[in-house]
Amino acid sequence: MTHQHPALTAEQKKELSDIALRIVAPGKGILAADESVGSMAKRLNQIGVENTEENRRLYRQILFSADSRVKKCIGGVIFFHETMYQKADDGTPFVQMIKDKGIVVGIKVDKGVVPLAGTDGETTTQGLDGLWERCAQYKKDGADFAKWRCVLKISEHTPSSLAIMENANVLARYASICQQNGIVPIVEPEILPDGDHDLKRCQYVTEKVLAAVYKALSDHHVYLEGTLLKPNMVTPGHSCPTKYSPEEIAMATVTALRRTVPPAVPGVTFLSGGQSEEEASINLNAINTCPLVRPWALTFSYGRALQASALSAWRGQRDNADAATEEFIKRAEVMGVALLG
Amino acid sequence: MTHQFPALSPEQKKALADIAQRIVASGKGILAADESVGTMGNRLQRINVENTEENRRAFREILFSSDTSINQSIGGVILFHETLYQKDSSGKPFPAIIKEKGIVVGIKLDKGTAPLAGTNGETTIQGLDGLAERCAQYKKDGVDFGKWRAVLKITSTTPSQLAIQENANTLARYASICQQHGLVPIVEPEVLPDGDHDLQRCQYVTEKVLAAVYKALNDHHVYLEGTLLKPNMVTAGHSCSKKYTPQDVAVATVTTLLRTVPAAVPGICFLSGGQSEEEASLNLNAMNQLPVPKPWKLTFSYGRALQASALAAWLGKSENKKAAQEAFRKRAQINSLACRGQYVQSGKNDAAAMQSLFTASYTY
Repeated sequence: MTHQHPALTAEQKKELSDIALRIVAPGKGILAADESVGSMAKRLNQIGVENTEENRRLYRQILFSADSRVKKCIGGVIFFHETMYQKADDGTPFVQMIKDKGIVVGIKVDKGVVPLAGTDGETTTQGLDGLWERCAQYKKDGADFAKWRCVLKISEHTPSSLAIMENANVLARYASICQQNGIVPIVEPEILPDGDHDLKRCQYVTEKVLAAVYKALSDHHVYLEGTLLKPNMVTPGHSCPTKYSPEEIAMATVTALRRTVPPAVPGVTFLSGGQSEEEASINLNAINTCPLVRPWALTFSYGRALQASALSAWRGQRDNADAATEEFIKRAEVMGVALLG
Repeated sequence: MTHQFPALSPEQKKALADIAQRIVASGKGILAADESVGTMGNRLQRINVENTEENRRAFREILFSSDTSINQSIGGVILFHETLYQKDSSGKPFPAIIKEKGIVVGIKLDKGTAPLAGTNGETTIQGLDGLAERCAQYKKDGVDFGKWRAVLKITSTTPSQLAIQENANTLARYASICQQHGLVPIVEPEVLPDGDHDLQRCQYVTEKVLAAVYKALNDHHVYLEGTLLKPNMVTAGHSCSKKYTPQDVAVATVTTLLRTVPAAVPGICFLSGGQSEEEASLNLNAMNQLPVPKPWKLTFSYGRALQASALAAWLGKSENKKAAQEAFRKRAQINSLACRGQYVQSGKNDAAAMQSLFTASYTY
């Protein structure tokens, strides 16, 4: 406890810190394109497209074909495993297309949620087995950061102490293993927006969860300067009758972060969690104009909020590909502007 | 766990946050004048003055009757219980004199260390019994902040998990009780400089200790915006053979704080821990010069490092009052400059300023 057995060398620390700073460089955020096969099914179903490997490849090609305009607003792209090894029509690996634009490649490494027995439907996240070897391989294959999503839910009796502690611990183990392999871990403790709770309740729970996450990261000797945080914004539950302004959401979110996220963390990349494209950019903008001192970059790691327009423009038709790519670029640029406040 | 039962109303929070901001307003720090009777004994012995209540009163009067302009450098004064109820020669209570200068009055609230059985000489701090009632009374008597010092020590086997967790927990209980009674708690988890460990070891231990402290404060629902932190600087042990510069100390200290202290905490007021007056100022200055964004004020809460020269000038003689006040004023001003990274060391420094003020296993 009192002796340090350094987890990382100075060179390893520098590499991790440099990667993290590149991802959240001013004006930039993350495209979360790591939807699992099951999640892509939902997306494609909404536009009447069959969920085949080829359609998933065609769709990601639309996003990754974006021209150099995205360089100033996208710092990183999160891939799903399948996508890491797919190629464009001309045979260029997707990983290379992204890296050629100077964008950092990331990989989703968790293996989904599993139930916590004895709780009210709560979960932890699996994926630690063989994670070391997987990270080493992904690093060779071009990934420089990873993502692991834990899920907590607000209800009468949740999140419980066990759920908070267990998810914080598993996030810390994942983060530790990533860093050993030169991969910057994005730590994602998502508190779902499901429910009718108000803004204050979400803030309270978010503060408790984040405090537990950072204690666990400290306990596991994780190098904070080489990590990123991907939290929920603090919002009321979806079925809460009270409406709040973007400024209220921003104040609650930034206050919660100021009370829990050490300044050493270089960036906070919010998940969009079901917000519309419009909402997600307005809230992000309000967060970046909040009059409290904010020592970390506050940016986006959006999936749905960056892709919805592109998906509807595409509708699975090759002829619509360019128009769909254009929609994505526009959305990305709008998000980049939202960061400037 | 999932439902909030608000510990403080918005008005209570605002009052606490305002007090904290006033104490660490730009360029200001804290005079720690809360030496216990025993500790004052040590101080007075060094200048061959008898440790009587009157002598203790006389010396504190010298400090508190400084010209009002001292309030440019001093935002708060921590008193010992006895001192809170003493008066100056004209019969005016000390708290009134201090408050008149626009300086916030604080009180030491802990009751010293108690051993932790089964550890290698480690301790926790007592003082929680009846603390609520004491806080309420002190608030009535003019006090707006409290101080509680927990002590941890670096050896090959310490600090242990128990010592870290137990001291963090008592600090959080103390902080919670203070806030309920309108007192801003200064949270002091001192990692002693005793030992021959190097800078890295101190940094590692300090990071673990501070992480535990802030987890405990969160668990106990403490309102961070209405607290202050009083940590040790990250330095090598006193008998470490390797020497480090103020720059080394600054980088190690600020890195530690960035990794553990949430931005919501308004100010960090370092203890001087046996550093000489000059060392303490140079180190604070180096921290404030670091070109790294820091979301909290970095200032001082110095006892020895603000009073050593004044004591040496006083020597227990009333005719030396002006000289003693001038020595104190000078140190306060230097530290105020250090808060802004603007202290430029002049060529000469008197002996008292350079003298190490280290006492092994410091208890006060």
